Amino acid sequence: MIRINCPFCGPRDHSEFTYGGDASIVYPALDAPMDDWHDAIFLRENPCGMQSETWHHVNGCRMWLVVERDTMTHEIRSVRPAHQGNAAVMSAAGDKS
Amino acid sequence: MTRYSAWAVLKAGFSGQKNWDRQWRDPEPQKRYDVVIVGAGLHGLATAYYLAKNHGLRNIAVLEKGWLGGGNAGRNTTIVRSNYMMPGNRQFYEHSLKLWENLSHELNYNVMFSQRYHVSLFHSPAARDAAARRYNTMRLTDSDGELWDLATLKTNIPHLNYNNARFPIIGAAVQKRAGNARHDAVAWGYARGADGYGVDIIQNCEVTGVTRVDGQVTALETSRGRIEAGKVGFAVAGNTSRLWQMAGLGRLPIESHKLQAFVSEPLKPLLDHVVVFGVGGAHFYISQSDKGGMVFGGDLDWYKSYAQRGNLPIVQDVAECATSILPCLGRVRLLRHWSGVMDMSMDGSAFICKTPLDNLYLNAGWNYGGFKASPASGWYFADLIANDRPDPVIANLDLDRFRRGVIIDERGAGPDPKLHG
Repeated sequence: MIRINCPFCGPRDHSEFTYGGDASIVYPALDAPMDDWHDAIFLRENPCGMQSETWHHVNGCRMWLVVERDTMTHEIRSVRPAHQGNAAVMSAAGDKS
Repeated sequence: MTRYSAWAVLKAGFSGQKNWDRQWRDPEPQKRYDVVIVGAGLHGLATAYYLAKNHGLRNIAVLEKGWLGGGNAGRNTTIVRSNYMMPGNRQFYEHSLKLWENLSHELNYNVMFSQRYHVSLFHSPAARDAAARRYNTMRLTDSDGELWDLATLKTNIPHLNYNNARFPIIGAAVQKRAGNARHDAVAWGYARGADGYGVDIIQNCEVTGVTRVDGQVTALETSRGRIEAGKVGFAVAGNTSRLWQMAGLGRLPIESHKLQAFVSEPLKPLLDHVVVFGVGGAHFYISQSDKGGMVFGGDLDWYKSYAQRGNLPIVQDVAECATSILPCLGRVRLLRHWSGVMDMSMDGSAFICKTPLDNLYLNAGWNYGGFKASPASGWYFADLIANDRPDPVIANLDLDRFRRGVIIDERGAGPDPKLHG
């Protein structure tokens, strides 16, 4: 079991989350050339080692997180909210759920 | 190489069965080979075998970082079937099944291929219609397939959960020529066959670097020294991206995920067929080995990983699937479980293709399905390497297919590797 330290809920088992995918992908502009879209949709770095990836705390706060995790040791280096704006709003409203 | 036969066993009996030859040599690597295949799994060994057998090449090496057949060749549930529908896949997997049917004779090695029926359960009229379409396509394209109604299914497999299931079983799609095989024997048979043609199988030889000159691979740096190569084939599913980046080729439409498999303690004969169950988020396949262990597996571990070890939530998930269709397994103890690293591709289909480098060829992206594919994979990959052009059957198994809009997506899951099964 991997333990993910959710910034909103604290440390939880990874079975509370669903796995998103590679968080390093930057999607191109809607009118960007087809090749840019091909690369973003279909090509992956697939590192053996540290990578950043998205997880969805679907059985918790339902927030999307960006997790830096080692794909060989499964060690987690950092966890942060995927949408910084939402985090700021929740924080301002004092919502700790 | 001693040819195996009943007579050979009888003869060896006079010396207490103690004078059998090694099945393959353990050679020192030479300085140069015409063809170097990286990866002595089923695909790499089959490729070397068919390069020698079908194309007359002899100066071939297969490099293996660990031991022969110690990767995914030894980490699967040994299911063989050809119930694929998409153009290209259909012909490819049918060819593979035909090779399986004669493989023990071909290799003079008992791979214990057992055509014990692949029984895929369905639980709704929609699933039955989809199965009818798929299995009719198979019947129209030189294969076999049939639908069983509930009565037929109950006669053949009486102890499935027919009474109390969350998703009641209403029938099954069956391929009778499908079944399973002994995974180690396939690796050993191909290794022995290739070695018999003079192929050097070099174990404990990890590739650490790829030397390129002018768009060509000239040599591989390995843990056992530098090996020059005329042509190079990568067949290292699971670690394809690492080798690809070692060759300086950038990104691939592949992610590495891990898949677990399980075996129970041995039981008396219980299940004569391969049974597959998939509905409501469940995904499960089970058969019984000749030793009596129930061999089964389920979904990926969901998150990307290169670690050959599985996580516990999937153990629970698969155990729940097992008891939901075969409640009689409830008290059976798990003996072992293991995990292999899969190349999960963007459409769930493989790559057997040329690469941006003139003399480098790629065999990768086998998702869940590499075991059954291995004979045809070796067959077509050898043909590609020897003739420097793809056979029409594998023409769309190239890296550029997504750019052309060719998506060979049997499951219709979209470009998310973890969703392909």
